[in-house]
Order: sequence, then C-alpha cells, then structure tokens
Amino acid sequence: MSALVFAQQPVSFAERLRDAAATAFIALLLGVPMIGLTTVDQGGALRIATRWPALFAFVGVCFAGRLLLRWGIDYWRAQRQSAARAASAASAEQQPATSLLLRRAGWLALLVALVLPIVFADNRYVVDTATTVLIYVMLGWGLNVVVGLAGLLDLGYVAFYAVGAYTYGLLATQFGWGFWQALPVAGAMAATFGIVLGWPTLRLRGDYLAIVTLGFGEIIRVILVNWTEMSGGPNGITSIPRPSFFGLPFKPPGDEPTFASFFGLEYSPHQRIIFLYYLILALALLTNLFVSRLRKLPIGRAWEAMREDEIACKAMGINARNVKLSAFALGAMLGGFAGVFFAARQGFISPESFTFNESAIILAIVVLGGMGSQLGVVLASLVLVLLPELGRDFAEYRMLLFGAAMILIMIWKPGGILARREPTLAYRSAEAGR
Amino acid sequence: MMLRLSGVHAHYGAIHALHGVDLEVQVGEIVTLIGANGAGKSTLMMTLCGQPRASAGRIVFDGEDITRLATHDIARRGISLVPEGRRIFPRMSVLENLQMGAVLADKANFAVDLERMYTLFPILHERCEQRAGTLSGGEQQMLAIARGLMSRPQLLLLDEPSLGLAPLYIKKIFQTIRELNREHGMTILLVEQNAHHALRVADRSYVLQHGRIVLSGSGRELLANPEVHAAYLSGGHA
Repeated sequence: MSALVFAQQPVSFAERLRDAAATAFIALLLGVPMIGLTTVDQGGALRIATRWPALFAFVGVCFAGRLLLRWGIDYWRAQRQSAARAASAASAEQQPATSLLLRRAGWLALLVALVLPIVFADNRYVVDTATTVLIYVMLGWGLNVVVGLAGLLDLGYVAFYAVGAYTYGLLATQFGWGFWQALPVAGAMAATFGIVLGWPTLRLRGDYLAIVTLGFGEIIRVILVNWTEMSGGPNGITSIPRPSFFGLPFKPPGDEPTFASFFGLEYSPHQRIIFLYYLILALALLTNLFVSRLRKLPIGRAWEAMREDEIACKAMGINARNVKLSAFALGAMLGGFAGVFFAARQGFISPESFTFNESAIILAIVVLGGMGSQLGVVLASLVLVLLPELGRDFAEYRMLLFGAAMILIMIWKPGGILARREPTLAYRSAEAGR
Repeated sequence: MMLRLSGVHAHYGAIHALHGVDLEVQVGEIVTLIGANGAGKSTLMMTLCGQPRASAGRIVFDGEDITRLATHDIARRGISLVPEGRRIFPRMSVLENLQMGAVLADKANFAVDLERMYTLFPILHERCEQRAGTLSGGEQQMLAIARGLMSRPQLLLLDEPSLGLAPLYIKKIFQTIRELNREHGMTILLVEQNAHHALRVADRSYVLQHGRIVLSGSGRELLANPEVHAAYLSGGHA
C-alpha cells in the first residue's frame, strides 16, 4: 500500500477508491474492539455495550482522509516534479538569487525586530515573548559556534548559561556590581568553564563527547542545587538588580533621578520591558556580528575544517587542541552573556531554569535551523518558542504539537530549515586580486 | 639527506604494525613504497606524521629529530601529507579547501600559489566555488594534492593517490606527480598499491611486507625483479 502512495504515474480514480477502501477495512478491523465495543458499569457489574455509529463514523473518516491524503501527496509530488524541472533549467542563476533572498530576509527580520516594541508598546505579552525568543536566538548563535561550526556535539550548553547567570546574580547581590560591570566578568567565567569542559574531552568525538557534555551540564546543576551557601540551593538567588539605563534606574519617580524623570517622561513599567528587549536585541546582534566575522577569519575556517575532517586539519598544520578549546571557550562565553541577561531580566534565578530540557531546546534550535546557519537559528527559535506559546490553548497536547512540528521539519528539511552554507571566500583571479 | 627513518617501530594498541623500518629520502627524489594490503604502508605514512607516534626508532627530517613532535608541528616543518582517501573538507568550497592548505604559508603567496594550482589542475579553477564534496573522486584527489601543495612543502607525502580512481584519472595523477618532481623539483614520498605505476615513476623504491622493508632499489631494478613481478605486478595491471 505504501508503495502505491508514492506511485510516480497518475493513478485512476478506481485505484484511489480501492486504496481508501483497504484503509477503511483496516480501520474497521482495528476499530471493532477499540471503538465498536466498550464496557459499561451497570449496577456494579461490567457489561459490554456497542457503539456502532461511532465506529462507522471512524471508518468513514479514515476512508475520506486516506482518499484526500493520497490525492494531496500525488498533487504535491507532481508540483514538486514540475518545479524541479523548471529549477534545473535555471539552476545556474538560482544560487546567487537564493543568497540574495536570504540576505534580504535577514534585513527584513532585523527591521521587524527593531520596530516590534514600538508597534506593540502597550502589549507586555508580545514584547516579553519576543524577548524570550531573542534569548534563545542568542543562545542558538552561541551554541552554533560549538556545534554548527566546530562540529562538537554539546548537550550541556545550559551549564554556561547557568554560570553566566549565577556569576551575575552573586556579584550583584553580594558585591553590588552593576549589569555592565558584571557582563565581561561573567563572560570570562563562562569561557573558563568552557575550557574546563573542553580540556578533558579533547580526544572525544560525536556520541562520546555528547555524553560527557551532558554529564557536565548535570554536574553544574547538581552543584547549584546542593552548594547552598554559595548558590542558595533550590531557593536560588532572589532580588537580583535589574539593569539600568546608563545609571538611570527604571523606577517610579523618587528622590534620585530615574529614567522617566531624566527624559521627562511619565513613568510606566513598560519602559523597562522595552529597554530589556532592546538590550537583548543589541546583545544578540553583537553576537551575530562577532560570529559571522569570526567565520571569515582563519580561526572560523579552522573550526569548520575541524568539523569536516580532524586528521586532514592536523596534517595542514592546525593545532587541533587550540581550535577546539577556542570554540568551546567562545561558545561558552556567548552562553554566559545570555545568562547574565537572563538573570537581570528575571530578577530571580534557581537551578530549575537550567535543566537538560533547556540544553535540548537550544540544540534543537541549532539543528533544526540548519547547522551553522545564522538566519536558520532565528527561524528555529521562532518556531520552537512561539509554538508552545501558541499551543497554550491545546493544554496538555502542546508538547505533542511541538514534537510533531520537529518531526515534520526533519522530514521536509532533513538538513535544517536553512541548510545552505555560504562560502566565506569568493574567487577573484590573481590579476584582479592584486 | 632530507628524511631518514631508522629502526622505526609502530603500534596500534596491541598490534605491532611496523618492525624496525629503515628508509631514506634525498632532496629532489621520488621515493615509492609498495606492498600488499595491510603491509603497513599507510601506518608508515601516519607514523611519519606522528599519528601514531613511533614506539621505537628515530625519524629525522632536515637534520631535526621529529619523532616526538605533534602532527601539526611536523606539518610546520614543511612535510605535507595528502592523506589516504583524500580527506578533503566536503562541505567547504574548493577554494576554501585550498585556503585551508595554505594556513601555514605566507599570505602574500596565496594568489600566486592559487594560480599555480589552477594551471596544474584546470578543473579546480572551473569548480572553485563548488562544494568539494560534489566533485568526482578523481577531482577530489586533485584537490587533495593541490591542497597539500598550497603550503609550499619541502616534502610531499602521497598516500595511495590512485585509490578507487578510474584509469584515466590514475594516469593523470601520475603524470602530475612526475611533473611536480621534474619541473618543480618537489621531493615526493609515495605510497601505492598500484605497483606498476608507482615503480615507473620512482627514482628509488622500497617494498614493505608485514611491517618490514624486504627489498629496495631503483624503480627500474624492482620492475625487473622476478619476485616483485610475481607478487605485485602480475595481478592484471597493464
């Protein structure tokens, strides 16, 4: 039957009917015990009751559904074939056109991101959700260095996010450090942890590396839970100060100058939400700029070559140890920055926020986006963060929806949403290059 | 003397792969190493590159003992390996592959070296923006050789460059090897299963058997040697 589904030739209507009838028959066989018969509690005794109308409705739905599904698949295949034929004719011009399109999409996304809080200035929910998306975009771009470029499968990325968040939390609550002072320190701290993880795993690859990084992520979380004197244990760290606008706090008017009073605005709690949004947008854009710049430098190319073939890399004279450690350290540093922002935004952190689930989502963003693709990470973050949000009405089914979306992406786009890789270097002949 | 191996042993875990190999390469020579599957040819090549390190014996390159050096440090001394199975970077473009080959080289030479490679292998010029993984096997081998040359090495190590290639490409690859040596003075150590081609191109040759050098001599001598003929040449090679 499944062979029939993918038949290349046009199929007759009778054949379609026969196929659907076969499906309906199977539905009937399965449906008799599962739908047709049911037990009813009658005065303490179980009695078998029949539900034939429901069964026939089910069989009918299966019949119609199968008919439609097959027609849909055939139609889609025919469309795709003719599209492929048209594309192969024009494939020479296609490639630059796609990259131009992608670049335009990137600029458009940036524009949308810039005006979003202005359009939704009084809708806290939208700006908050967009901020969450941007945190994941930034985390995705950071992990992209490790997984997408250097090809080191890291399942414990959330550890660096946690290190950044706790470093800021502790510096701010214990020593009164501000956001901007703590940011570089937390980044350096996370990078150090990146090297701590990277050093013993230098010789590991693929699934073995994945297991060790998974363990590392858990170790950090377990330490945070148990080392109560340092981290507050399961209670976490509370009342972490929010970032200020160059020293101007977002507070109701009081004795000292605040953001609102300095600019002569009326105080509104939205101002802080919008400021946080622009802050993470700026951090994410800096990350993007930084990573895309690195990709074009020798170190970025060495990361990619290392992902492709480690032995060949060494034979080219590349020090594999330094290349791997730099990828771990830089990826961790970016995760640490995101963690600082997270702590500052929430005002409260606890080990709850840094479970394996987070690592899995960040990794899913990188993989679904297309390993190494910057715009792909944005699209995947949108899908993976917004889908559960939109799915709130589905209550307990939302994870099902989430899973189904991931499976569909993997079926249609096995290499990720944007699997195309832009070369970092264009050829100019020696004459033109000189 | 450019390269001298004396009494080199190598182990893969418990497997003793090389049993005291002595081998020499002089400046400007093509030296080939032939032998059957599993004789230790590729192990010898990799041991030269420090992976695995020699468990006993000495490897001296250009007067310096490189036995204990890390792979990338050996490459920095001017030894360039074109590995078995090509090992190009498949998802990177042809141009980026060549650029990776030039990591150690002076940046100022890049444009000139690139043109040199394009002259040597015009097909690479045609395909320069293409993903390297989409090239045919023969083209990938040319890319691997070109990548190895981009660092301007003093010694080029070629590990089974004819492996799995069509006869036409094999011919072209050996032509190139000869050209590199005769016209550009490149010193080459070549490991090959294709003994016929390897011996014809060689100044001197070694035969490796079960991790030991059992015969050596000029390419012509070994071609005429009845034992070599029986063992390595009568298998249907033209």
